[in-house]
Amino acid sequence: MTTRPSPRTLFDRIWESHVVVPEGDDHPAIIYVDVHLIHEVTSPQAFALLRERGLPVRRPDQTWATADHSVPTRFEKGRPAFIDQAARNQVAALERNCRDFGIPLFGLGASGQGIVHVIGPERGLTQPGRTIVCGDSHTSTHGAFGAWAFGIGTSEVAQVLATQCLLQARPRTLGLEIRGDLAPGVSAKDIILAVIRRFGVAFGRGSVIEYHGSAVRSLGMEARMTLCNMSIEAGARAGLISPDDTTFDWIEGREEAPRGKAFDESVARWRALATDDDATFDRTASFDAGTVEPMVTWGTNPSMSCGILEPIPTPCSPGERAALGYMGLEAERPLAGTPVDVVFIGSCTNARISDLRAAAGVVRGRRVHPDVQVLVVPGSAAVRDQARHEGLDRTFREAGAVWREPGCSMCIAMNGDRLQPGQLAVSTSNRNFEGRQGPGGRTVLASPVTAAAAALAGQVADPRPYLEGGTP
Amino acid sequence: MKPITGIVSATVLLDADDVDTDQIIPARFLSGTTRDGLGAGLFADWRRDREGRLREDFPLNRPEAEGARVLVAGRNFGCGSSREHAAWALRDAGFEAVISTSFADIFRGNAVRNGLVPVEVDAAAHAALTANPGARVTIDVTEGTVELPDGGTARFTLDPFARRCLTTGLGPFEFLLSHLETIARHEERAASTS
Repeated sequence: MTTRPSPRTLFDRIWESHVVVPEGDDHPAIIYVDVHLIHEVTSPQAFALLRERGLPVRRPDQTWATADHSVPTRFEKGRPAFIDQAARNQVAALERNCRDFGIPLFGLGASGQGIVHVIGPERGLTQPGRTIVCGDSHTSTHGAFGAWAFGIGTSEVAQVLATQCLLQARPRTLGLEIRGDLAPGVSAKDIILAVIRRFGVAFGRGSVIEYHGSAVRSLGMEARMTLCNMSIEAGARAGLISPDDTTFDWIEGREEAPRGKAFDESVARWRALATDDDATFDRTASFDAGTVEPMVTWGTNPSMSCGILEPIPTPCSPGERAALGYMGLEAERPLAGTPVDVVFIGSCTNARISDLRAAAGVVRGRRVHPDVQVLVVPGSAAVRDQARHEGLDRTFREAGAVWREPGCSMCIAMNGDRLQPGQLAVSTSNRNFEGRQGPGGRTVLASPVTAAAAALAGQVADPRPYLEGGTP
Repeated sequence: MKPITGIVSATVLLDADDVDTDQIIPARFLSGTTRDGLGAGLFADWRRDREGRLREDFPLNRPEAEGARVLVAGRNFGCGSSREHAAWALRDAGFEAVISTSFADIFRGNAVRNGLVPVEVDAAAHAALTANPGARVTIDVTEGTVELPDGGTARFTLDPFARRCLTTGLGPFEFLLSHLETIARHEERAASTS
C-alpha cells in the first residue's frame, strides 16, 4: 500500500530543505542561506567582526552587494553629490569590504546598481524555494517569487557572512486569502494598505504570511513584490506567494536564471513547491479586495489608513489621537483636498518599471502643481534605463517633476533627499512613521497613481478621474 | 558580550504602543561604520525639539530617569526597520532591559544578541508598571521573573537559547561556528540534489 505524502505548504517545503541542524531542546534550528544581499548601512560592523576574528566570507559566490541607502540620487559636475563625509565613507567602506572579501558589488554608478530588493529579482537571483536574507526589513519583497526571504540584524549579517547560516525558530504559517476583482485605479499598494488597516501592524508577528486567492493570482510579479514588501508593516518578517507561470515567465532570461534545459528542469521543481490545496496553515484569514478603494494613510503607522474619499475615522486610542495631532489632520473629513508639499515616487515598494509607467500615465501631457516638488527615483539603474527607453523620464520632466538616479532616497531620507519640518508628502514608500522622511516631515502613503494625482492637484486627490485620459 | 543574569533598577515609562525603530534611532544616525556612540541618537526626535532643546516632558529627560536601566513601553515595541542600531543605541544609553507586552520579531532577536533583555509580560503586570512610573524592579533573567512594585511577581518567557546567550554572554556566532562541518555536508548534499 502506498500512502500519499501529507499535504505541505510552500513554507514547509522550503524550511525542510534548508534545515542544516534541526531544532534541539536548547537551541533553534540552523538554517542554510542561499542568497545573502548586503548594502552599505547594515554591513560595516559585520565585516569589522569578521576582521576582528580573522574569519573569511564563507560563500562570496552566494553574496551580492549594492549601495542604495546612503547614495545620492543626483550628481554635480559628474560626481555623486553625497550629503556628507559619513555617507561617502560608508559607501567607500562597502567597496573596500567587497574588494577584500571577494564579494561582487553593484556599486554607485554601475549598471547593475539599485535598491537591493529591486536588483535581486531583476538579476534573477530571487528564485522560488530559495532562502534569501539581507540586513533590511523589506527583504520580505522577494517572497513574491516563493522564496523565504527576511530581514536580519547586523550581528546576523556577520553570522551569514562567516557560516552561510542562521539560527531560526520555526515561524508559524499564516494563510491570507485575498479574493475579489480589483476596481479600476486600485493596485497592490492599496490592497496591502487595506489589509494592514483591517488586521493591524502586529498581525503577522511570529509568522510567515502566504498570500493566496484569486486576487493574488491575478497580480503581475511587480505587484506581488509590492504586496510582499509590506508584510513587515503587518508585523511579519516574511511574505510568500506560491510560484506559478507568472513567476516563471518573469524569471526566464534573467542574468542569474538557469537557461535552456536547466530552466525547464527548474520550472518543474519550482512548480512542485507550491502549497498543496489541502495543506493547512497555523492560522488563516481572508480579505475581500473587491471593495478596496485607492488608499491613503492619515496617521503615523501603516495601519492608520482609509479610502481616498472616506472620512478619516474618529481616533479611538491615545496613539491614534497623537498620530492625527502629529499629522495636523482632522478626523471625520476625507484626506482628499489636503494641500501637499512634496510627492515622492520611489522605494523598494513602488519604483519598478510598472510603477513608473502607472504614474507616468497620470502625468502625461499635464503639469505638476506649481506648489509641489515632485521627486521620481527609479528603483535601479535597469529601471532607469528602461524608463528612458520608453520616454518616461521625459514625461515626468515635461510635467515638471524632478527625475533622479536610483536609490532608496526619500523613503529613508539618509542621503539628503528629505522633507523639511512640517512638510507633507504623498509617497509611494512603505513607512509613514514620524520623521521617517525627514525630522518633522509628514508622510501620506499611497500608490503610484494616487501620488501622481496629488502631484497634479497640489493636494491629496482621487486618482481615478485622471486615469484613461479622463479630465478631473 | 557581558553576561547578564539580573537587573535591579528604576524604570522609565514610555507609554506608547508600536514604538518603531525609526523613533528609537532615526535614520540620520545610521551613517557610521561602528556600533559606538549611538546612545546620543536614542529617541532623538522625541527627546529634543526642532531647535535641539531637550523636551522636559519627555520621560527619558526627567531627572528621575537618570541612571535607569529598564525601559517600560507599550505593545509591539521595536517594529519597523531591522536596524540593529536600535538595540545598540538602547545599550549605549545604559538600558539593559525593555519591558513590554510584546516585541517585534527582528527587534527581539537584535536585543538578545546585544545583551538587552526583552521582558514580555502579561497585561496585568504591564498595568502594574505603568501605574507606577519610575518604580524599581528586580529582573531575574535566569528564572524569568520580574518583581513588580505592587509586591507581585510576573513571569516572562525567553527561549532557552536566548536565555543562555544573555546569561553566559556567548552568542549564536560561537554555536554556528561549531557546526561548520555539518554546514559543509549540507552544501554537498544540496549541490547533488539540485
